[in-house]
Amino acid sequence: MIVKLLSGDRPRSKMLSAVLLLILFGLLFAPFLFPGTRSLDTAARICIFIVLVASYDLLLGYTGVVSFAHTMFFGIGAYGTAIALVNMGASYSAIALGTVCGALVAGAFAFMIALFSLRVKAIFFAMMTLAVASAFLVLVSQLSGFTGGEDGLSYRIPREMTPAFKLVKEKVLGVRLNGKLITYYVVFFSSLCLFLVLLRMVNSPFGRVLQAIRENAFRAEAIGYKVVRYRSVATILSAVMAALAGSLMALWLRYTGPATTLSMDIMVDILLMVVIGGMGSMYGAVIGAVLFLLTQSYLQNLLGLLQESLGSLPIVSEVVSPERWLLWLGMLFICSIYWFPKGIVGRLRGT
Amino acid sequence: MSNSLIKPRIERPSLSQIIEAKAPLFLVPVLMLIGLLAIGSGSTWLTLTAAGLAMGMMIFIMASGLTVIFGLMDVINFGHGAFISLGAFAGFTILGLLGGWIESPSIALNLGAVLLAVAFAMLVTGLAGYGFERLIVKPVYGQHLKQILVTMGGLVVTQQLIYVIWGPDEIVLARPAAFQGSFVVLGAAIEKYRVLAIVIGLALFVAMRLVLNRTRIGLLVRAGVQNGEMVEALGYPIKKLFLAVFMVGCALAGLGGVMWGMYQETISAHMGAEVMISVFIVVIIGGLGSIEGCFIGAMLVGLLTNYTGFLIPKLALVSTILLMGAVLMWRPQGLYPVVKAH
Amino acid sequence: MSDALLSLNGIHTHIGPYHILQGVDLEVPRGGVTVLLGRNGAGKTTTLRTIMGLWQASQGTIRFDGAAIQKETTPAIAQREIAFVPEDMGIFSDLTVHENMLLAARGGAIDEERLGWIFGLFPPLKTFWQSAAGNLSGGQKQMLAVARAIIEPRKLILIDEPTKGLAPAIINAMIAALKELKELKEMQTTILLVEQNFSMARAVGDTVAVMDDGRIVYSGDMAELAADTGLQERLMGLSLEAHQ
Repeated sequence: MIVKLLSGDRPRSKMLSAVLLLILFGLLFAPFLFPGTRSLDTAARICIFIVLVASYDLLLGYTGVVSFAHTMFFGIGAYGTAIALVNMGASYSAIALGTVCGALVAGAFAFMIALFSLRVKAIFFAMMTLAVASAFLVLVSQLSGFTGGEDGLSYRIPREMTPAFKLVKEKVLGVRLNGKLITYYVVFFSSLCLFLVLLRMVNSPFGRVLQAIRENAFRAEAIGYKVVRYRSVATILSAVMAALAGSLMALWLRYTGPATTLSMDIMVDILLMVVIGGMGSMYGAVIGAVLFLLTQSYLQNLLGLLQESLGSLPIVSEVVSPERWLLWLGMLFICSIYWFPKGIVGRLRGT
Repeated sequence: MSNSLIKPRIERPSLSQIIEAKAPLFLVPVLMLIGLLAIGSGSTWLTLTAAGLAMGMMIFIMASGLTVIFGLMDVINFGHGAFISLGAFAGFTILGLLGGWIESPSIALNLGAVLLAVAFAMLVTGLAGYGFERLIVKPVYGQHLKQILVTMGGLVVTQQLIYVIWGPDEIVLARPAAFQGSFVVLGAAIEKYRVLAIVIGLALFVAMRLVLNRTRIGLLVRAGVQNGEMVEALGYPIKKLFLAVFMVGCALAGLGGVMWGMYQETISAHMGAEVMISVFIVVIIGGLGSIEGCFIGAMLVGLLTNYTGFLIPKLALVSTILLMGAVLMWRPQGLYPVVKAH
Repeated sequence: MSDALLSLNGIHTHIGPYHILQGVDLEVPRGGVTVLLGRNGAGKTTTLRTIMGLWQASQGTIRFDGAAIQKETTPAIAQREIAFVPEDMGIFSDLTVHENMLLAARGGAIDEERLGWIFGLFPPLKTFWQSAAGNLSGGQKQMLAVARAIIEPRKLILIDEPTKGLAPAIINAMIAALKELKELKEMQTTILLVEQNFSMARAVGDTVAVMDDGRIVYSGDMAELAADTGLQERLMGLSLEAHQ
């Protein structure tokens, strides 16, 4: 049953299985294990980013295509839901319509980009997507009448999903059962389903063709697979998945703006998560997202302590300053590419 | 030897082929003309054109290194933007130290400060380029996917190091007195600094062409762009040549960074990554590896950005993307595709 | 042969997953032309590229003029006075004929006397001296490729199939040029020529080696092989007939 849910893609390492189980239960019981608004927020972000990063890995790790437009698709999904909620009011139909439209628009955009540039070299595609995504970001920041511009959009979601809605009066296990909790579980189970769908995709015959293309596009073409068509479909699927993750983000934050969905910083974050976790394995996305977001939230505290103890040394104390956590992850990223290209998952599997 | 059969013969290109080959040269004047018609006012047009050319020149300076590096070694440095920022910070440090020279009304002192800042910025970015090539680029030659990722990682780390050295805040600095303000030509206000940018950019373009076409190093670079393997088989160590070109490319990014910084009068660690969007669009339009294409592409992007910035401000960047799309539909490899031997 | 200019001992070369050279032993005597024959895919081109260091040998030694060169980089090998004319000719097509020759002259300047001699061998190069090399015809490009290899004295010239895809008249010109090159004994140039065209091989070759499946299966004097049709058939089978 479990193996079937995982589409036959076992973790293949006791360590990895243990870590994954820990993450699964940690997220499932997050509201009870780690009470507090900040930890719940981190847990929800982890769920959403697992889907976002896994959908990016479908492109990068499984298909061997580098795109810098992934946050654009993430943003399209988020803005789809946000704009629907702003214009139609806090209703479930607005959420449904916004999500579907966001996913469709993202798919259509991905199709156009693929049509234009997938025939050419990887480098070309990377530069092209970078330019298009940046232009999109600028456009969204400027069309303030429609998107709220730099300030973004704040909106209300159905009452049952807000903290104001109480499921029961008393606390259970010290936790208030309110609408926020419901939203968390919506995010959690949606993310879990999307992740399992992605796992199914990469382990299907389609996924295997993608990997064959990544290994040797020329040979795959010679055997009779239409390389461009497969790459295009992978790009579209990955974009749709990213858009769905974006819709979850819009729902969770009750706010959508350029900085939370479209910025190049998020794109770099995604890259770091995929590579450090492990390219070419969906579990890598899980590990990468968890590690990165925990680091983002908590490494800063650690570095802060370190800085205090090194306070007197001028440059050294700057290097371990809490704001410089990205410096360390950046170096880890470069080292991963050189020495363990299969990331943490590859290490745990001993390959 | 039957000479009659191997008689020297070479295909003469037809007129239409010549026009087709030279067509990109007409794009800049055509765009200027369209701009004039759309804007209507001659003096506004002149101001915008000067601004566009200045912007184009600065982008050309930053993009030229990137495109030659690609042509020679098939390497695209996604961390190129880091050198733009680094150059700007290094240059501004010198300008900050020479505060007295900058505020002085003497043009000689002003120019001296700018030249020193530029020299220092190019030195710093050139040396940083050496480290970047050895540590980041060299281990992944020939592996495009890793190259894109690892140079992106290099960008992140370099940006962070800029924060470590110069702190997280933007630096604001006024231009030297001599390059502030503008003068009036034919009723159009032209900023003095833009003229300086155009002069430096043109000088650099001419110098680059001279080096490439008249010197042995230039000959080697041009040959290496087409067939690096054969250059090696003729006995030239192309890896050393590439390292040198990489350092020069980074130094040019540094030069562009100082100039862009003085243009905006504000610099931040992210400025390089932001300008890189236009730089990428320019090298794609020009054809990866082509200096001439890069120059024309930069002019087009600079002019178009300023014209649309005036006519429909919200679409300035989008218009350059549309231009890129249009060029690629006409010539899928860019204006001047570089023919590789293999 | 103790006086070999170039000798390969047990050379193995892998390209990606493929094991192309499987223990090549080859001696190229000083002076004269050694022809490397064999059918398509036998490993002739890979042998030349391995000598030049363009592929790295995974095993074995290559000695040139007394020194082991199998670990050296391509530029270092070329600087030992070895010229290479690759199968695709390696012409810089955006450069002029003049610039192509200028690069081949490592000293920086072209020896006018030698250039005159080359113009005598390949007249079209003089005509198109200032044209882009990419505009030359296939045969003219081949002439340029060979001319680059002989613009300065070299101890060894490696030439990969100079007759491939060329018209018979140009093949004859090429044979004449190689013969003349050979006769300039004072130049002390040794040539290792990869060829599938047996008439060309017979016309210019002094010694011959035949490759099959990544190994040398025969080596000896060209005169012996040329006289023995039975041996030719056995060694080269159908591939030979197809080219005659």
